[in-house]
Amino acid sequence: MRELVCIVCPKGCRLRVDEENDFAVTGNSCPRGAQYGREECTNPTRVVTSTVAVSGGVHPRCPVKTNAPIPKSKMFDVMAALDGLVIPAPVALGQVIVPDVCGTGVDIVATRSV
Amino acid sequence: MSEKVYDVVVVGGGPAGLAAALSAKENGAESVLILERDHELGGILNQCIHSGFGLQWFKEELTGPEYAGRFIAQLEGTGIETALDTMVLSLDAQTHTVHAVSRTEGFRSIRGRAIVLAMGCRERTRGAIGTPGMRCSGVFTAGTAQRYVNMEGYMVGRRVLILGSGDIGLIMARRMTLEGAKVLACVEVMPYSGGLARNIAQCLDDFGIPLYLSHTIVDIQGDRRVERAVVAQVDEHRRPIPGTEITFDCDTILLSVGLIPENELTRGAGVEIDARTNGAVVRENMETESEGVFACGNVLHVHDLVDYVTAESRRAGAAAAAYARGERAEGGEITLKNGAGIGYTVPQRVRVQNCEKGVDVFFRVRAVYDGDLRIAAYSGGERIAAFRRTHLAPGEMERVTLPRAILEKAGEEITLCVEEGAT
Amino acid sequence: MFDVAVIGCGITGAAVACALARREVSVVVLEAENDVAMGTTKANSAILHAGYDPEPGTRMAKWNVRGAALAKELCEALDVPRKQIGSLVLAFTDEEVPHLEKLLANGIANGVEGLRILTAQEVAEMEPHLAPVKAALYAPSAAIVNPWEYAIALAENAVENGAQVRLSSAVTGAERTEQGWLLHTKTGDVEARFVVNAAGVRAGEVHEMAAPRSFETHPCRGEYYLLDKCEGTRVSHVIFQCPNKLGKGVLVSPTVHGNLIVGPNADDANSVANTASGLAFVAETARKSVPDVDLRQNIRNFAGVRANTDQSDFIFGFAAPGFLDLAGMKSPGLTAAPAAAEDAVRVLEEAGLDAPAKADPVTTRRKIRFRELSDEERAKLTAERPEYGRVICRCETITEGEIIDACREVIPPCSIDGVKRRAGSGMGRCQGGFCGPRVMEILSRECGLDPLAIPQDGTGSYILTGHTKEGGTRHE
Repeated sequence: MRELVCIVCPKGCRLRVDEENDFAVTGNSCPRGAQYGREECTNPTRVVTSTVAVSGGVHPRCPVKTNAPIPKSKMFDVMAALDGLVIPAPVALGQVIVPDVCGTGVDIVATRSV
Repeated sequence: MSEKVYDVVVVGGGPAGLAAALSAKENGAESVLILERDHELGGILNQCIHSGFGLQWFKEELTGPEYAGRFIAQLEGTGIETALDTMVLSLDAQTHTVHAVSRTEGFRSIRGRAIVLAMGCRERTRGAIGTPGMRCSGVFTAGTAQRYVNMEGYMVGRRVLILGSGDIGLIMARRMTLEGAKVLACVEVMPYSGGLARNIAQCLDDFGIPLYLSHTIVDIQGDRRVERAVVAQVDEHRRPIPGTEITFDCDTILLSVGLIPENELTRGAGVEIDARTNGAVVRENMETESEGVFACGNVLHVHDLVDYVTAESRRAGAAAAAYARGERAEGGEITLKNGAGIGYTVPQRVRVQNCEKGVDVFFRVRAVYDGDLRIAAYSGGERIAAFRRTHLAPGEMERVTLPRAILEKAGEEITLCVEEGAT
Repeated sequence: MFDVAVIGCGITGAAVACALARREVSVVVLEAENDVAMGTTKANSAILHAGYDPEPGTRMAKWNVRGAALAKELCEALDVPRKQIGSLVLAFTDEEVPHLEKLLANGIANGVEGLRILTAQEVAEMEPHLAPVKAALYAPSAAIVNPWEYAIALAENAVENGAQVRLSSAVTGAERTEQGWLLHTKTGDVEARFVVNAAGVRAGEVHEMAAPRSFETHPCRGEYYLLDKCEGTRVSHVIFQCPNKLGKGVLVSPTVHGNLIVGPNADDANSVANTASGLAFVAETARKSVPDVDLRQNIRNFAGVRANTDQSDFIFGFAAPGFLDLAGMKSPGLTAAPAAAEDAVRVLEEAGLDAPAKADPVTTRRKIRFRELSDEERAKLTAERPEYGRVICRCETITEGEIIDACREVIPPCSIDGVKRRAGSGMGRCQGGFCGPRVMEILSRECGLDPLAIPQDGTGSYILTGHTKEGGTRHE
C-alpha cells in the first residue's frame, strides 16, 4: 500500500494505492484522483513549466510549459533542452517553441505573448 | 483636467481588478477604468509561470500568465479603459476621487461613481519576523526571487534554504532546483505546512528536498553575502530549543512567511479595516463601510486560489455597477463573529435584504483539524446551521454558504465556530 | 600631492572634507567601502542631541552644542531632512529625578537652551502613550536627522568644491615623508601634506600606521528596530530613559522618514549582526517607556557599532606631525561632526596649513522629493518632467526621476542601497521587495553597470548569480 498526496487539484486528497491489487486507489474524491494514483505508481508524469530567452521583446524571457505531462524522469532533460535557446520576438501565446521535446511526443509551448 | 466621471474606477489590474472590471461592465456599468501601477495587466500572475490555476473557474489547469491572459483577452471590445504604469497615491472615500500619477498623464484626479479596491498584497519580510543575524545580501522574499528568475531571467543563488512553507516558497524550491540550484531544505516554524499539500508533494518530495516542521532560522551568517544559516527546532511557543541547531552552508535564503493585504491606500482614506484580515471590513456585496467603495481579492484577505479571487471580485464588480446605477443596499445588518477555531470571516457583515439566495462566507481556521468536523453557525445561543468537514487547515481558505432562510432566522449576530467530534 | 588626505568618509570625514573644501585647499577623501556613509553613520539612532549629557568642560560637551547649532544651518542649506522635535528624558522613580537635575545642570553649564524639567502631568499631555513617569527633562533643541543623507550631502558638497572622494580605497599603510605623508591604499598611493584620521571604528588601526598605540578601541554594538509608519506617531519626541553605564539607554523616536526607531542596546562586539537576546532586551526596555509600542510592525532590524575607546572624551590631536586623529567619535559623534571639523581646520591651520576661504564656494543643495510636494506642485512637475510621474518605490512613493537624480549625483551610487541612501527607495515596509529589480534596472542604465555586478550594498554583497537559460541547468 502506497500513500500519496494527489496533485491533480488544490484539494490535495490523501490517496492510498494498493500496488498488489491492480493499483486500486482509495481516498480520492474524483476519478482524476484515481487515475493520478495509478499513474503515479506505474508511470509518473509531470507538467514542466519554465522560461525561454527571448530576443527583441519587451521581456527578456517568455514563460513556457509542456503542453501535456511528460515522464517525471525526463524533467531535467527537458530543462536542459531549453538551455541556450533564444527565440526571436514576437512570441504568440500557444506558439510551439520546441516540438516533441526530448522525444516525449510533447511540445514546449509559450504560455503568453511577448 | 478631465471632468469625466466613470461609473466604476478599479484600482489594480491583477486578477481581482480584471474580474471586477469585467463584471461591472457586464452588469451595466457604462464607463469602467482600471488603474494599474505596472506596465502591463495581470499583476503577480505574470510571474507565477507554474500551472495549477483555473481548475475551479475554467475547469482546466492553466499557468499564471495563461489565467491572466484569458481575462486580459476578454477586455477586448468591452470599452473598459486601462491606465498602465499609473500609481494611485490617495483616495477620497467620500467623493470617490482617486489621485494618480503616471509618466504619460502626469498627476491627475479621477472620479468614479463607485470605486473597487483591488491592490493585492505584499510579502512579509525578514523584518516582520525578526530573524537575527547579519544583514548580508542573499535574503530574498520568495516573490522577489520569483520575479528575478521568471521575468528578468536572472538566478539569485546556488545553494538555497527556504524559510516558510507558503506556496510561493514551495513553488520557488522547485523552480530554483529545475534551474540548477541546490535547494537544501525548507524550514517551517509551525508544526504544519502553510502551503497546499500538493505543493509539498510536487515541489519538495519530487526533488528530495527535506521539510523541517517546527524549525526556524536562528542565525544568518556571512559578512557580505549569506554564507551560512543556523536552523533550530522550536518548542510549542515557537521558541528555539538550544542544542538542536543545524548549520546549512547556503548563499541564499528565500522567505515565504506570509502575505499582507496592501491597504495603505484604504487606511489613508479612512475605510474601516479588520485587524484579523488586514483588509477592509466588507458586507455581503464586498462593499466596505465607506459607501460606494468596494474591495476584493488579496487586498481584502489573502486567498489560496486565484479562482476564488475571481469569484469574489465578480461580486464586487457587479455590486459596484449597481451602486453606480443608483441602487442602494438597505436593511438591517447581521454581524458575523469568529467563534472557536475561526480566524476571520469575509464578509464581516451581512444585509439579509441584499442576499438573493444567501451569502458565501469565506474564512480561515486557526489550527489543523482532522476527523469528523462541523462548521457551526450560532445565533442567539441557538445552532442555526452546520456544515460537515473532514479536514481543515489554516493554509486553506474555507467557504460555507448561509442560505437566506437561515439568515432570516438569525438575530443581529451569527457566530461561526469549528466543532470536533460528531454532534 | 594633496594638501589634506581625509581617511574615512562617514559623517566625521565628510564634515572635515566639506569644511576644508570651502577653503583654498586640495582635499582627497579615502574611503574603504564602495560608498560614503557606510559605517556607523548609516546605523545609529539618527539623533542630533541637545547637549546635556556630556560633562561640562569636555570636548564632547563643546562639540555637541556647537555641532547641533551647525547641523541646523548645514541641513537647511544642503536640504538634509532634519526635524527639531525635542527630547524627553524620563524619570520613572523618585530615585531617578535627581538624575534629571544633574542633566539639567550639565545642560545649563554646556549652554543648552530651553531645558526644563516637566511634571508627570505635563509629560502625559505631551506624550499620551508613555508609561507613568515622575518627571522628565525636556530639551526642545534636540532634533532628528537622516544621518546618511547628512554625510552624503557634506561629502558631495566637498566634491562640488573641488575635493576628490576615492571609494574602495582602504588605507593599508602610512609613511612619513619630507613633505608630509605617503598613504598606501587599495587603489594606489596618495601623498598629502596633512592627514586627518576619521576612520571611525578603525581609527585605532589607522592611528597605529602613523604612531604607537595611544588609545584602545572598544567597539560596542547597538541593535535597533525600525517600525512601519503606522507606528511613526506613537511618540512625537525623542524618548530617552535615564542614562546608565551602558550609554544613553534605549530610546524610542520618530524618524525623519516617519517611521519609529527603537534601540539601542550596548554590548561589546565589533559586529553588525542582530542577536535574539539583544533584540529582546531592546524590546523589553523600550516597553518600559512606551508600553504599547507595537513591535510587530517591525520592518527592519539593524545594528551599528559605536567607536568607543578607553577614553571618555572624543580623541582629538596629532598622532604624529601632520597626522591628526579624530577618533573615538561615539555618541554624540553625529551631532559633533561639524564642530569637530571646524576645530580640525583650525588646528591644521595652526600646524601650517595655508587655508584661505574660497571666494565663492558652493554652500547649497536642493533635491526633488515627490512625496513632499502638494498636488499642484506634483501636477506641474510631472507635466514638465514625466520621469517624476513613474513611481518606482510604492511604499515610499519614490519616482523614477528621483532615482535618476540619485544616479547622477556627484558621488554616484553603485549599489541598490546606495540608491536607497540617496533617493529613499526601498526604505519602506516591503524593504525593496517590489522596487529592487526596478531600481537595479535604472541604476544599470544610468550608471552603465552590468546588473550582475550591482551589489545590494558593500562590495561582495552580490544579488544575482547569473542568467537563467545560459547553461546553468547542469544537474548532478
